[in-house]
Amino acid sequence: MTSTTTERAAAPARPGRRRGGPSLLDTKRQWWGWLFLAPFTVVFVLFLLVPLAYAFWLSLHTKGIATGGESVFTGVANYVRVFTDADFLSGMARVGKFVLVMVPVQIGLAVAIALVLDTLATRLSKASRLLVFVPYAIPAVIGALMWGFLYSPRFGPANDIFGFFGLDAPDFLSRDLIFGSLVNIVTWQWVGYYMIIVYAALRAIDPSVYEAARLDGAGDRQIAFRIKIPMIASSMVMIVVFALIGTLQFFTEPTVLRSVAQGAIPTTYTPNMYAYSMAFSYSQFNYASTIAFALGILVFIGSYIFLYATRKQSGLK
Amino acid sequence: MTTATTQQTSPHAAGRRAGRRAGGPRRIGSHLFLLLAVLYFIVPLWWLVVGSTKTNSGLFVGSGGALWFNDEFALWDNVQQLFTYQGGIYWTWMRNSFVYAIVGGVGSTVLAVLAGYALAKYRFRGRNLYFSMLLGSVMVPLTALTIPTFVLLSQLGMINTMWAVILPSLLSPIGVYLVRVYAVDAIPDEMLDAGRVDGAGELRLFFRVALPLLRPAFVTVLLLTTVATWNNFFLPLAVLRDPQLLPVTVGINQWQALSNAGAGGEQVWNLITTGALVSILPLIVAFLGLQKYWQGGLSLGSIK
Repeated sequence: MTSTTTERAAAPARPGRRRGGPSLLDTKRQWWGWLFLAPFTVVFVLFLLVPLAYAFWLSLHTKGIATGGESVFTGVANYVRVFTDADFLSGMARVGKFVLVMVPVQIGLAVAIALVLDTLATRLSKASRLLVFVPYAIPAVIGALMWGFLYSPRFGPANDIFGFFGLDAPDFLSRDLIFGSLVNIVTWQWVGYYMIIVYAALRAIDPSVYEAARLDGAGDRQIAFRIKIPMIASSMVMIVVFALIGTLQFFTEPTVLRSVAQGAIPTTYTPNMYAYSMAFSYSQFNYASTIAFALGILVFIGSYIFLYATRKQSGLK
Repeated sequence: MTTATTQQTSPHAAGRRAGRRAGGPRRIGSHLFLLLAVLYFIVPLWWLVVGSTKTNSGLFVGSGGALWFNDEFALWDNVQQLFTYQGGIYWTWMRNSFVYAIVGGVGSTVLAVLAGYALAKYRFRGRNLYFSMLLGSVMVPLTALTIPTFVLLSQLGMINTMWAVILPSLLSPIGVYLVRVYAVDAIPDEMLDAGRVDGAGELRLFFRVALPLLRPAFVTVLLLTTVATWNNFFLPLAVLRDPQLLPVTVGINQWQALSNAGAGGEQVWNLITTGALVSILPLIVAFLGLQKYWQGGLSLGSIK
């Protein structure tokens, strides 16, 4: 009560008052902050924290014929199983390999196109920018489906094209080539999106920087590698994190291609596919949750390490 | 070359381009590189356009080859078949996709704008902790949540309903992060304080002052979340069984799986190509139409 009275008495001196301790108005305003946050918080709790906690709970329990259909606490047994499961480990190794190949290819191509677009200001370059971006607007399912047709020896143009040179078309859907075929689909889909981000960051650089460099005798290439790329480092870090997280969750494209390349893509091809088949083909929800949770932890640790290692470039504290 | 000279004379007006002039041969090389890149990104779409004008058998054996039209032009027949095949279920799928994308996209954007604004412009206890948790959650792979979400929803009896797709789609931590980053600089504190001195309530400040300033962030997050929901595959695949509820992505994939596995009658290759083409048109049109909004906006997250 005392404070209220003082506040009221001090009310006419509004501007100066803010420097003081927490006022009534500030306490009220605090509540407004929480009020604006509330709707998102409900969704955040219900569809992120609760599923995460529940996945963890499920992973510590086992339910099956051996336990008489009852849910039994089994501690870390599922984690021991998953980290010694050859299928999970090979799936992790495979998405790791995808990260090592796909992320540099995508980002490299995106940066190359963005740099070229940034130096050209012609009508052609504006149209190119849009056309390169278009695949982003196409659902991954449809993209994978289209490439599945293009790869197929029955529908695709490969036979015509290779035949023109008197060669046999390779089987893009075979066990040997499927890795590269998948890299190509994802690259096709995402380069445009990354390119737009890099391009926008390049346009935000003050051009007088280039002038200064030119006066010092820097060439186009030096400007690109010594000035432009370092100056857009925070955008680069961001798209690498996006690409990293997306690739480790690889699911849609191999799942769609499976129906045309069954021999080359087993259901355990990626950890997410493995979790899906454990859940929906074998009804092993506890083990599927363990796989999902283990994958989640690895993704989290991986991106955290990356963000920590690049904290200088990204400007994140 | 003329343009380059003009720009040199007025480095301030066109300073941006003055630094970008390049020699003749390099320009040709650059254009060639661009041309090849564009071809790579466009040829699959060209194949889809051509493919949707072919009959079911025309896709295999045709006068045109894989990348050119056959003599027979079957696009309209194919579109008509989309209306009749399995009782026109394709259009139900399209409608479902629209409902999921619009409700999920608009809903998650509204939540993200409110939350991002609060995190940027209000001081309250726990704000920093909240923001760190949010940043951490951006790194949680959302697909890892799909299976536990499925089990939870099935215990609530919500599996196989539209809500099973819509409710989880309302979550967009990255959207909150983008709005927050944008709002910090876009909304001057002085403007809010001035409004408060004039006696405006916090809601009024949000709608009259903050929201107009947040429009670029709003449109960008709306596009990102709508595209994410429209493209989602794992979630609807897991939580929906009823064919009448599927979004078009899952539906067409089922046609594809059946056509590959099934006998002659189930092979509907022409409907897959035409259906795929029709399904990508709305988003392509939206992106081309809303260019000026998203082109700058997509780089929001990198502005620190």
